[in-house]
Amino acid sequence: MSAPRPHEALIDRLGTDLVPVRRLLPPWMRAAAWLLVVAIIAGLLVMHFGIGGMLRRFAGTPDLGWAGVGAVLTAISAAWVAFSLGVPGRRASWAWLPVPGALLWIGASGMGCLRDWVAPGTQIAGMHQSADCLVFIVSLSVPLSVLLIVLLRRAYPVRPVLTAVMIGLASAAASASLLEICHSYDAAATDLLTHALAVVLVIAANAAMGGRLLSKAEIPLA
Amino acid sequence: MPQTLTANGFMGVDSRLSFRVCPISHVSDAAANDESESPDRRRAAWMAAAQAGDRRAYEKLLADSIALIRIAARRQGVAVDHLDDVVQETLITVHRVRHTYDPARSYDAWLSAIASRRAIDALRSRGRRDSREVHDEFAVERHADVDDASAATELGQRAQHLRAAIAELPPGQREAVEQLGLQEHSLQEAEELTGRKSGALKVNLHRALKSLRERFQGEP
Repeated sequence: MSAPRPHEALIDRLGTDLVPVRRLLPPWMRAAAWLLVVAIIAGLLVMHFGIGGMLRRFAGTPDLGWAGVGAVLTAISAAWVAFSLGVPGRRASWAWLPVPGALLWIGASGMGCLRDWVAPGTQIAGMHQSADCLVFIVSLSVPLSVLLIVLLRRAYPVRPVLTAVMIGLASAAASASLLEICHSYDAAATDLLTHALAVVLVIAANAAMGGRLLSKAEIPLA
Repeated sequence: MPQTLTANGFMGVDSRLSFRVCPISHVSDAAANDESESPDRRRAAWMAAAQAGDRRAYEKLLADSIALIRIAARRQGVAVDHLDDVVQETLITVHRVRHTYDPARSYDAWLSAIASRRAIDALRSRGRRDSREVHDEFAVERHADVDDASAATELGQRAQHLRAAIAELPPGQREAVEQLGLQEHSLQEAEELTGRKSGALKVNLHRALKSLRERFQGEP
């Protein structure tokens, strides 16, 4: 098949430049690599804080356990979607995949607002402890987001902002999951609001900066 | 993940892919000879071969991709005289990100996504440039051709008639003409701006053009 005349020279030049390439690993495999790092951090936190406190809290207030499960599901699905969106041709509708996990996470966390009614006398977080949660989630989300962006450097996200939002969601959800290991308080309205604020901050920062970073991988128009 | 560069130049990602892509050293010839194969699968095989360094398959693939790129760019609302720019940008992008293609998936979907993205970038870049530059209409207004005043008047009158006819169209049709015809928005942009589905916009535009044509038929 012959190319229309204006493109012949370019095709010839691209053909001359052709060298074998290493294919991008499948999205699930790159997501697994990132989740492995999260699992290692979780292991370190468990070694330091022990798992007893978390299990006791989950046994006393099962909705917190469900919130943790929701956060983990959100982290896994959002990470996979971020890597999938880095491959052209994948449907953008996959971005809905983390929604059920996020709903479970938010819904079950919301039960914490009724903590005094569900488990009267439970220790709940004050403003100071809630600020610690904010710092924990935001500061852990930064390296996790950076790692995701690095793992996406060879990808070509045709929707960089949506991909960055997924990166933010995955990082924030993973950080919130890790927080459960060393979280000494039950969720109350202040705590829930702080978590929500941290998640929104992480997602917004990623959408603003990550979108630009991911776009830089592209080739500017001449 | 075992990734191997074999003697015949095939870079296998894993055994699953190796089975699907089949012996790559023969892929381009086999694909070229197998007329019964779907065009998408043929292009997928060419790209798999190109990823392994097969220049002949690559050049055939790029030449074969031009029509698909033009279709994707037109769908995004790129004007016909700018299509070649988008084709060139897309071919360069395809070259740089060819490692992101997975031969187990559709090549056409992969290419269309890249072409659509480059088309949107081109439209945005052109929009930014237009907002910075002085428009031709401006120049015409300030340096009007005094020698051909009657032609200018006639043109002005015809434009006025057309504007009046558009204003009399039903709201849906008028909206479609304004968004797609006069402001040259893409279907996707028009969808976002009007909140109407692309199908409805197309139907409205078609009806509007038909009614305008009928109205002006017979006029000089």
